[in-house]
Amino acid sequence: MSLITVKDLAVGYDGQIIDRNINFSVNKGDYLCILGENGSGKTTLMKTLLHLQKPLGGEIFLQDGLTSNEIGYLPQQTVIQKDFPASVQEIVLSGCLGRRGWHPFYGKEDKALAEKNMERMGITQLAKRSYRELSGGQQQRVLLARALCATQKVLVLDEPVTGLDPNATMEMYELIQKLNQEGVAILMISHDVEVAVQYASHVLHLGTPSFYGSREAYLESELGKLFVARGKKEVPAEAEKGGNHA
Amino acid sequence: MLETLLTYLKFPLVQHALIVGVLIALCSSLLGVTLVLKRFSYIGDGLSHVAFGAMTIAAVLKMTNDMLLILPFTVLSAIILLRTGQNTKIKGDAAIAMISVGALAFGYLIMNIFSTSSNLAGDVCSTLFGSTSILTLTDEEVWICIGLSVAVVLIFILFYHRIFAVTFDESFAKATGMRVEAYRLLIATIIAVIIVLAMNLVGSLLISALVIFPALSAMRMFGNFKAVTICSAILSVSCALLGILISILAGTPVGSTIVAVDVVAFVISCVVGKIMGGIKR
Repeated sequence: MSLITVKDLAVGYDGQIIDRNINFSVNKGDYLCILGENGSGKTTLMKTLLHLQKPLGGEIFLQDGLTSNEIGYLPQQTVIQKDFPASVQEIVLSGCLGRRGWHPFYGKEDKALAEKNMERMGITQLAKRSYRELSGGQQQRVLLARALCATQKVLVLDEPVTGLDPNATMEMYELIQKLNQEGVAILMISHDVEVAVQYASHVLHLGTPSFYGSREAYLESELGKLFVARGKKEVPAEAEKGGNHA
Repeated sequence: MLETLLTYLKFPLVQHALIVGVLIALCSSLLGVTLVLKRFSYIGDGLSHVAFGAMTIAAVLKMTNDMLLILPFTVLSAIILLRTGQNTKIKGDAAIAMISVGALAFGYLIMNIFSTSSNLAGDVCSTLFGSTSILTLTDEEVWICIGLSVAVVLIFILFYHRIFAVTFDESFAKATGMRVEAYRLLIATIIAVIIVLAMNLVGSLLISALVIFPALSAMRMFGNFKAVTICSAILSVSCALLGILISILAGTPVGSTIVAVDVVAFVISCVVGKIMGGIKR
């Protein structure tokens, strides 16, 4: 049974459609990598999935008891966060808020959950540290732990390795893979084709032509062959990093 | 000196001033951290000008209780300003500048055309820079101030974690099911209420200082949200208290004296922050 099924979805903003006829589904334990050129609608698709903006057509079905606030989200960092005075613990705990309803304060189970997820991410010893003093990789772990407090089922990651050094990048990918093996479905936006074909179980390639299917099928397809070959030559992940996040 | 102070403190008017001053300082510091981090440092300035404009209209209409006009006007402007957020044609700072300058100009115009007072420049000056009006508060005004302050503090405590979450990461909060718009509305309303309250104390122009200085000082010294919030509240209250006492003794204008004390506290905080950072490393 799939968790998320997307049917003929059209996404965009201000009434302008960027991409239409998007079809895919995410099952429990899937690792879906969303690829595409800049401006092909990757981020817009993700925002639509997260209900941050309205779909311009088509439908998104959440099944298997998944509710819309049970989709964990690892956003790209904003400028504001870089010098935000907050401790790691405060940030991770804030992931529990979505389920608190109207209750104003955190309960014991929230604190236990935060504790557990900090341990999963290997940041327990950083709990009292200030977020702004951490390295890029550590900050991403904190945000990942927060996302895990909000969900056990699905994580949506928006270019999780942007701005990380090669070492931290590898660690990040391994961490995500570990979570995936523990049964968390992953939807990851990426520029990095090589990584996509290394870790993902499925690939969604936006743009024209588009592609959705298993990793194996992607590698066999014309589009996949072209993109993987080009990725090896140009390393688009590096080239696009600067332009997209300046 | 102590004796002079004690004799002054026996006057109910001075007591009123101290109560109101401390409460306003407390309230204004609470949301300071959020505003500074959200790059809305100037909202205090902008909204106080709106309040000034509304006040002149109320004066022209000869309303007995001008709060009835000032409060809704300011709340409305605050909502418009904070709603603009990310996806608008006019960005935050420009929107604040527009509203603030516009309201100021209209306020002064209205005052000029319809004024019945002979001392126009004096009137404008005292609304902008705060006057001795804090020393002429009526019992009723003191009670209104106490009531609103208690409400602001209570709401802040109840929504503390959510205000934190919305400040830190709006899209995550929204994605996990929090009603971000509602909280933005709440924050805007609280800010507007605080600003209207603070106008009595320091006047329109110096409100920004009350909102941002304690927050900035606290952020120099602490690295987590709770400590920053508590520290900025304590700093703000002590600076206000000290400022009022100095102004009583030295006969200086209340508003500017408080802000001057805030500036000194900020400089000290910077030094302390440097030293503390040095020790940690």
